[in-house]
Amino acid sequence: MTQILFKGIDTPNLTSIDVYEKQGGYAALAKAFAKEPDEIVEMVKASGLRGRGGAGFPCGLKWSFLAKDVFPRYLCCNSDESEPGTCKDRELLMKTPHLCIEGMILCAYACRIETAYNYIRGEFEEYGEIMDRAIAEAYERGYLGKNIMGSGFNLEMYTHMGAGAYICGEESALLTSLEGGRGEPRMKPPFPAVEGLYAKPTIVNNTETLCVIPFIVNNGPEAYAAIGTEKSKGTKLVSVSGHVNKPGNYEIVLGTPISEIIDKFAGGIRNGNKLKAFIPGGSSVPMLPADKVDTPYDYESLVAAGSMLGSGALIVMDDTTNVVAEVLRITSFYMHESCGKCTPCREGTRWMHQILLEIQNKVGKPEQLDLLTDICDNMSFKCFCPLGDAAIAPVLSSIKYFRADYEELLASAKAPVA
Amino acid sequence: MFVFSEAAESRIEKILAKYPFKKSAMLPLLTLAQEQEGYVTPEAMIEIGKRLGASPAYVESVCTFYTMYFTKPVGKYVIKFCINISCHLNGCDNLMDYTTNKLGIQVGETTADKKFTILREECLAACSEAPVMQVNNKYYVALTPEKVDQVLAALK
Ligand SMILES: Cc1cc2nc3c(=O)[nH]c(=O)nc-3n(C[C@H](O)[C@H](O)[C@H](O)COP(=O)(O)O)c2cc1C
Ligand code: SF4
Ligand code: FES
Repeated sequence: MTQILFKGIDTPNLTSIDVYEKQGGYAALAKAFAKEPDEIVEMVKASGLRGRGGAGFPCGLKWSFLAKDVFPRYLCCNSDESEPGTCKDRELLMKTPHLCIEGMILCAYACRIETAYNYIRGEFEEYGEIMDRAIAEAYERGYLGKNIMGSGFNLEMYTHMGAGAYICGEESALLTSLEGGRGEPRMKPPFPAVEGLYAKPTIVNNTETLCVIPFIVNNGPEAYAAIGTEKSKGTKLVSVSGHVNKPGNYEIVLGTPISEIIDKFAGGIRNGNKLKAFIPGGSSVPMLPADKVDTPYDYESLVAAGSMLGSGALIVMDDTTNVVAEVLRITSFYMHESCGKCTPCREGTRWMHQILLEIQNKVGKPEQLDLLTDICDNMSFKCFCPLGDAAIAPVLSSIKYFRADYEELLASAKAPVA
Repeated sequence: MFVFSEAAESRIEKILAKYPFKKSAMLPLLTLAQEQEGYVTPEAMIEIGKRLGASPAYVESVCTFYTMYFTKPVGKYVIKFCINISCHLNGCDNLMDYTTNKLGIQVGETTADKKFTILREECLAACSEAPVMQVNNKYYVALTPEKVDQVLAALK
């Protein structure tokens, strides 16, 4: 079992800096400071690490896109974790905050950044406090502040708590929120690396992504690139939830078959039931039927299978599930979380929700299935930010694979009063 | 009139020091105001606006964007049930019904003694430990009716 992020994660008191250092924590700093910042960027590029927040963008490449010679620059660690099904960053923040801090320091050094924020979702108040204590310890040890370990490198680090809004996980909305505004997405380009926080070059990376950096600096990019498939390198935290015997966060090598994640890691389907459907990467990606369960869990294979790896949340549904009820929940979520800035998303999510509710309540009409598809078509690639496209994924994929579930509800619908 | 407490003032100083532009302190200050009064009052919005160089309307537009801010009084303990997919697959509806029946209120309501408010919440990012609830931002996971009983009984 290859473990990079979860190695020793259950060591008692790992949140304290002494325990973390005993496990080799913060050793990567001296190694990094012995190199030029650009060399670290090259190492991360060579490792093949891709962003773990959802989009899977190559991490080192993003770092190299920072506007040249424009300062100050900022780092924002994205700990807004709110994609339904996803709970991996919570475990990292709760159990190993220093790993996140070490990764942030390395990123800041590589990108010549002197101010770093960790944007943590508001509901994580308890973990924000853990992070604050860990940051204070890191200052005491001289890993943060001025002239860190005599390197001449300065870094200030702070937590910033959100206040309940899924859309603030989208990087440009996160920055607007951190500036004290309503968390509405911004036009891209310019991308944050060019014009981000306070209109300065900014790196936004997911918590899990940053937690990988110490391993790469300590062991070299080759060691990381040796793990996984040809194009999907390394390990991934997978949040397994739903109808399994042992739900949990598991660190898997990319390319592990989904059937193995469900059976070996998560203890199989509950009550000896059969698998019906699964969502491989959080609520924003298409769901897949049971016959795709042998798909390897990596970026390319999941796209080939008609879905995406997303945030790494594997939601499992057994054969007692009526998929429509679950799609209704997810659609209700997107309706609630749509920021309202653009019409196709604001109105489309509401309309889809209304139709799904009617179908679920057995007052739907057969032609509403085509209407749903049509609404999806009118949202697809026409929304201002990816939330709109995320909202149609569960609807379209469920109609494609589980039309029978809809038809069953429609058939039992009461005949309309003439 | 809204006045930040002395304890809040010393925290505000530290908060403002985090940012090059004071408007970034908007969410932290709204949170502090809510901690103090139980919800964000119109007077608090005016005060925060004055401190951060924003109009009361701007502060209100930010405040109402985020679900964690209340603009009306709520109970001493706010119980938030996650109703999203992983919790739904693990029976959160029954659990919420159990709790509303137990406390004799509907979702969105507050008990007459102002002790409890029950709310629906979207995914709380603890999905592998579903069903999940929070009481005033403290997590309770792998819930059963018995566990809900225990948690509520311990709240004074
Ligand atoms: C609606 C929406 C919600 C998002 N939520 C999150 C989130 O909670 N956490 C996260 O890291 N990225 C989230 N993202 C992705 C971010 O925009 C961004 O791509 C990511 O933080 C970049 O980090 P990475 O390259 O390390 O993955 C979200 C994107 C969208 C469109
Ligand atoms: S797609 Fe939805 S969330 Fe994104 S900007 Fe438009 S309304 Fe807001
Ligand atoms: S779905 Fe309930 S915590 Fe994520």
